[in-house]
Amino acid sequence: MTTATLKTGIQPISTGRRVKDRVVQVLVYLAFLVAVVPLVSVLYLVIKNGLARFDMEFLTHSMRNIGPNDAGGGAYHAIVGTLEQVLLASLIAVPIGLLTAVYLVEYSRGGRLARAISFFVDVMTGIPSVVAGLFILAFWILVLGFEFSGFAGAMALSILMMPTVVRATEEMLRLVPMDLREAAFALGVPKWRTIVKVVLPTALTGIVTGVMLAVARVAGETAPVLLTVFFTDSINTDPFHGPQMDLPLFIFSQMQLPNQTAIDRAWAGALTLILIVMLLNLLARLISWWRSPVRKG
Amino acid sequence: MAQDLKKPEGGPAMRRSAFRRSRGDTPFRFVSTGAGIVLLAIMAAIAVFLIAKAVPALQANKANFLTYFDWTPNATVPMFGIAVLAFGTVVSSFIALVIATPIAIGVALFISHYAPRRLASTLGYVVDLLAAVPSVVYGLWGFTFLVPLMVPPSKFLNTYFGWIPLFGGDSVVGRSMLTASLVLAIMILPIIAAISREVFLQAPKTLEEAAYALGATRWEMIRMAVLPFGRPGVISAAMLGLGRAMGETIAVALIFPITFNISFQILSPNGNSIAANIANGFGEANAIGRGALIASGLVLFLITLLVNSMARLIIARRKEYARAAA
Amino acid sequence: MAKQIEVAELDAYYGSHKAIEGITMTVEPRSVTAFIGPSGCGKSTFLRTLNRMHEVIPGATVQGKVRLEDQDLYGPDVDPVSVRRTIGMVFQRPNPFPTMSIFDNVAAGLRLNGRFSKSELNGVVEESLKGANLWNEVKDRLHKPGSGLSGGQQQRLCIARAIAVRPQVLLMDEPCSALDPISTLAIEDLISKLKTEYTIVIVTHNMQQAARVSDRTAFFNLAAQGQPGKLIEMAETSKIFTNPTEKATEDYITGRFG
Repeated sequence: MTTATLKTGIQPISTGRRVKDRVVQVLVYLAFLVAVVPLVSVLYLVIKNGLARFDMEFLTHSMRNIGPNDAGGGAYHAIVGTLEQVLLASLIAVPIGLLTAVYLVEYSRGGRLARAISFFVDVMTGIPSVVAGLFILAFWILVLGFEFSGFAGAMALSILMMPTVVRATEEMLRLVPMDLREAAFALGVPKWRTIVKVVLPTALTGIVTGVMLAVARVAGETAPVLLTVFFTDSINTDPFHGPQMDLPLFIFSQMQLPNQTAIDRAWAGALTLILIVMLLNLLARLISWWRSPVRKG
Repeated sequence: MAQDLKKPEGGPAMRRSAFRRSRGDTPFRFVSTGAGIVLLAIMAAIAVFLIAKAVPALQANKANFLTYFDWTPNATVPMFGIAVLAFGTVVSSFIALVIATPIAIGVALFISHYAPRRLASTLGYVVDLLAAVPSVVYGLWGFTFLVPLMVPPSKFLNTYFGWIPLFGGDSVVGRSMLTASLVLAIMILPIIAAISREVFLQAPKTLEEAAYALGATRWEMIRMAVLPFGRPGVISAAMLGLGRAMGETIAVALIFPITFNISFQILSPNGNSIAANIANGFGEANAIGRGALIASGLVLFLITLLVNSMARLIIARRKEYARAAA
Repeated sequence: MAKQIEVAELDAYYGSHKAIEGITMTVEPRSVTAFIGPSGCGKSTFLRTLNRMHEVIPGATVQGKVRLEDQDLYGPDVDPVSVRRTIGMVFQRPNPFPTMSIFDNVAAGLRLNGRFSKSELNGVVEESLKGANLWNEVKDRLHKPGSGLSGGQQQRLCIARAIAVRPQVLLMDEPCSALDPISTLAIEDLISKLKTEYTIVIVTHNMQQAARVSDRTAFFNLAAQGQPGKLIEMAETSKIFTNPTEKATEDYITGRFG
């Protein structure tokens, strides 16, 4: 019989154990604070510095004929570019991603093709964004001889979107209960109509959430568009011809200029970009929240 | 444990639905299979075109690609080597990982087991927001705010801890490997924290109660029931974070000192990375220069592929373990 | 070692929902007390208030008094951790730590409470496994994982783990509900053996089990779904099952409801 068992009654735990528990608790709280500090700092500076130039001129004018030292100018051309490129990227990535997921969940029988696709979707998830840009550069611009364009950038972004869309859709489709499919089959509804009319609508909100998060992510990508869209200071609303601009590129090019007016424009661009990205994220969260009112704690 | 297991692959498809196929079924099956094949074709094309464009540049290279320390592919005698860039990529990402992982585990534990329940999910969103901030914004923040801010602490480290080779060196700058690593750490922290939080939340409640019932404190409970269960998940999360750090371009493109030498003195103006070099060198690259950058991109792809595969292997193991324990 | 528990006017809540109300009872030392009653009547919740496991669930709170001999478990300077160390618990589903060996599972509680020499540890582990009637089945594979055992063996391993820290009371929350009849019998034999040393409280759905193993039985019931559970009556097991005072108790044990 050991010493601890000789005494009776409720024994307080040893000071060492209590102290260790407290120390870990303090460390855990500290870790959280340390993690939040940069976020607060980034958001604070983006809002504070960004508001200096976040005005109507910024939102409605391009940088055409504005030298690096000049005040004024804006990111209209970049905003247009971002919206067009992201829309085009979604138009490419969503159908391919969605249908691939449908194949994986509904049609493949776990065969060799399905396993290959599944494996390469994983590989695709890990492609560094700059490599996606290099690929479109090599394939579209260097080999096929097309010019730098918003569309080339959209293709690079779509490569980054695809695996996210596939995985999000796959997950949602697998959540659709078997009973629903069987109920439709039992009514004599053919399989493809079951998928289109029953399975996809059931999974729709989840898929939309996944797509929105993917869009939010690629909207902030710089490296792939740097290699495929190039730069311009003018408004180019045609994404298929000639260099375009977009917000990340705008920020990146302005912040490299060694004077305050340019840096101010970079911060205003960052504020615009963050607003767009946060809006997309918020929308995605709202959709998924609306779908499942009972949230897990 | 059981909820973590996904349905077997192709579950619903295993069942035959009808006696004969309806007219629309064959085209739809065709189209969806086709989409999958397109995806495979894209992956194949990525490999083929990157290699096709890298090979001529590598053939024109008059230096050893693996061991040469400089990057002058645009010169009349093109010479370039990956060594410095690969070194910088791996070392800066590794330092970022060392900084980010412990903090991320703390954040994950805070949200899963320490924060008041009502606060926890909100705080989880706050951390997720960190992940949503575009990397170029971190780059702008790092370049204009963190770089000057890092000078005094770097000088301090150099003065008092200079005897540690890591902090040694004669000149100390804000644009250093350490600053770049710090920005990378901030960027990968939310990813590691989010995945770790998920696995910590999945730790079986029955085991947590078993530990509490033995008279464990909260920390002892976490060590007995949560960490052993979550360890593989945390390791794979860290590996995914490492992969992300290696591929990150813009946030560090203007922070790395962009020099071509190998040095472990992370406070002095040494260091570069593959991704940063692509962003910085692309503008003035000629044909061979572009090919050289593409070759370096291939190397980056291979390194991240290796890291991600390791992460995935660990996740697969964890699933087996979860199955065995269920 | 075994001690008496006195409960006075105890209410337990999940958030704002009151799960049990106004429970007053005395649990005798060195005996087995069984809690019976329909699902949702709060008997498991009440059991968990006896070693402060209830408050592990976020938002769960307790009002009232629980005394172990002369100490108030909910006193202002009482640490719930030390309460749980003194009052052990066995759960509905066997829950050995899957990453630990059989030996480490039994030693887990001891290791929390300070340093023990190897021989001390070996001694306590052997003694506890013998106490849980498991020693002969596992003595040759002490360093294999506990998850390799059968369900009944795992549950006895959990009992060994609980008694290894020499608790004064052992709480059992439907310990046999996940087990087959033979394993159930083994656990019931074990309970009869353990009661010579421990105060045992067992929640069970199985009235035959309550009749077989317990000395005293408490019947819990709730007026309607959503209402808090209450203690209806408590007496010698033989009295509850042959001549209950309350009509509700009689209805329940004769199978008229629940």
